[in-house]
Amino acid sequence: MATLEIRDLHVSVLTDEAPKEILRGVDLTVSSGETHAIMGPNGSGKSTLAYSLAGHPKYQVTSGTVSLDGEDVLAMTVDQRARAGLFLAMQYPVEIPGVSMTNFLRTAATAVRGEAPPIRKWVKEVKEAMAGLEIEPEFAERSVNEGFSGGEKKRHEILQLELLKPKIAVLDETDSGLDIDALRVVSEGVNTYQANNNGGVLLITHYTRILRYIKPDAVHVFSAGRVVESGGAELADELETNGYVRFTSGATV
Amino acid sequence: MTVTEAPNVAGAVETNARVATVLHPKGSYEVADHPVPTGKEEVWRFTPFRRLRGLQADAEFQPSAIECEWTSHEGVSIRSVGGTSEEADELRSLRGASGFLPNDRVTARILDEVPSSLLVDVAENAEVDGTVVVTLSGTDADVTEAGHIVLRFGANSRADVVLNHQGSTTIAQVVEVIAGDGSAVSVTTVQDWADDTVHLGFHHVSVGRDAKVKHTALTFGGDLVRISTSVDYAGPGGDAELLGLYYADAGQHLEHRIFVDHDAPHCKSNALFKGALQGKSARTVWIGDVLIRESAEGTQTYEMNRNLLLTPGSRADSVPNLEIETGEIVGAGHASATGRFDDEQLFYLMSRGIPSDVARRLVVRGFFGEVLLRLGVPSVVERASETIERELAITGY
Ligand SMILES: Nc1ncnc2c1ncn2[C@@H]1O[C@H](COP(=O)(O)OP(=O)(O)O)[C@@H](O)[C@H]1O
Ligand SMILES: [Mg+2]
Repeated sequence: MATLEIRDLHVSVLTDEAPKEILRGVDLTVSSGETHAIMGPNGSGKSTLAYSLAGHPKYQVTSGTVSLDGEDVLAMTVDQRARAGLFLAMQYPVEIPGVSMTNFLRTAATAVRGEAPPIRKWVKEVKEAMAGLEIEPEFAERSVNEGFSGGEKKRHEILQLELLKPKIAVLDETDSGLDIDALRVVSEGVNTYQANNNGGVLLITHYTRILRYIKPDAVHVFSAGRVVESGGAELADELETNGYVRFTSGATV
Repeated sequence: MTVTEAPNVAGAVETNARVATVLHPKGSYEVADHPVPTGKEEVWRFTPFRRLRGLQADAEFQPSAIECEWTSHEGVSIRSVGGTSEEADELRSLRGASGFLPNDRVTARILDEVPSSLLVDVAENAEVDGTVVVTLSGTDADVTEAGHIVLRFGANSRADVVLNHQGSTTIAQVVEVIAGDGSAVSVTTVQDWADDTVHLGFHHVSVGRDAKVKHTALTFGGDLVRISTSVDYAGPGGDAELLGLYYADAGQHLEHRIFVDHDAPHCKSNALFKGALQGKSARTVWIGDVLIRESAEGTQTYEMNRNLLLTPGSRADSVPNLEIETGEIVGAGHASATGRFDDEQLFYLMSRGIPSDVARRLVVRGFFGEVLLRLGVPSVVERASETIERELAITGY
């Protein structure tokens, strides 16, 4: 049983000018087996939260705490966080020319598992995960994310999720840019991960449609850098009908 | 590309009418026809003269202190020509054997003064087993010398030749490559010199009718290394692939210049050079001159240079020049970019648990991978990969 605890998190983004405060006191707790949806308008700070949890150097935590099973996440380097069991599926995965997917996946799995997975078992594991996500086998030899379509990138993020088996996964708009078939495949991938690993999921999204495939235990509305309301799945239905107006009026970003 | 694209230091692409006239004027074998350069000339302006130990001017060429050895192969004769008076005529005939015509003082002096030439002669139709390796080991950086090597590939031959340069020396060198009609050959020049070496290398490649030549420069060691490679075509159907891979550390000046003279119809050229720089005042220069003459209809050419700045304080210049005198071509293009190590790539890899040193190595290996894949000669690939790993270890990557 793992728990990610975010307490009163304040984060500024480093810009060419002065640092700009984006997160203004985020409180959230995500435990194994749970799915928390974070929904909010564009620019409300959802990606900032995701990057801050992963330790992106552009985002500076000015106050607050993040812990994973009591361990101070903010004191860890980016790679240590991943090895501690945190995973971020990025909204915009990065292209790395010349580094094959195969090489990358095996290097990452070796780092996270602490030892190189036995080769035959590994090959089988990757093959099955790729098939499940309807990724063509030739992608294994392609450079990481290079020339992938938006949807292909998202499938590969979920492929990594399945292979790296984190305790807590943060998915940043994994649904955006996916057509309906891809959305189903990717959602099934997330559900498979969660079922197999009892993973905790922090699902960041702008739209409610992914919640038809991934059932949230809790929905949090994010606005102007903090959670402004939390509820059950019915909160998503309200957003579906009324949009974010109730939460954004009067808010200053 | 692994790096953030950024404008190159030396300026934008120059697609101009200066490649033929200014950069590559017609040459002469007469030393007196070439004034001592001042360093302001277009072809010399990137090279720090004060580190050349007078090679560009009239530094005396001393008796050679380079030890030379080579592997032997059926169908290949390798020997030094010029040691005896009977060989004087042969020696003279080797100078400019590829059609190389000096257009600066240093190369004119080399051809005028070298007491002997190393001749690698590959028989017609020979299909040479293994890689012919010629190793040149400098023993004294205080000895300033001239070198002349002729690699003559007979018609329809197939062979891979590697020139390995190591140790300490101060050398001005002409390497002439004659790829006979229908031959398919590779020439790799490896500059793995000690830190105190200065090397001015001038390669000229004559591509025979329907011949296929791969010319590769791998430059890692030396205080100052400047390799110029010119290519021309003895007939239609020739194909020249020019590859380069260099890795500059603190204080090194590594310069590569190519000049592809498309002077015959229906020929191809393709250049790919990639360099990494690390450490204070590591410096690289890449100049890619391509000239498509009026006679060269049906030409297809592409050149690309990429540089990766791994640490602050290094500088890469990259200048492609393309001059086209005929509209009847298949294609001509170029690309050049210099960028810093991409922190977003590092973040992405680390966010998957990969430690930063491993991640950096992955990215740099990936950057060079495209060149390594095209080298073709297994022992050369191995050598290059090992050297990259060694270089990576220097910055603690
Ligand atoms: N690297 C950055 N540089 C400057 N501003 C940024 C940067 N990252 C985010 N911001 C700003 O922070 C705010 C929140 O952005 P983001 O976290 O991406 O929101 P969301 O993911 O909810 O759309 C926006 O106003 C955005 O412009
Ligand atoms: Mg976002």
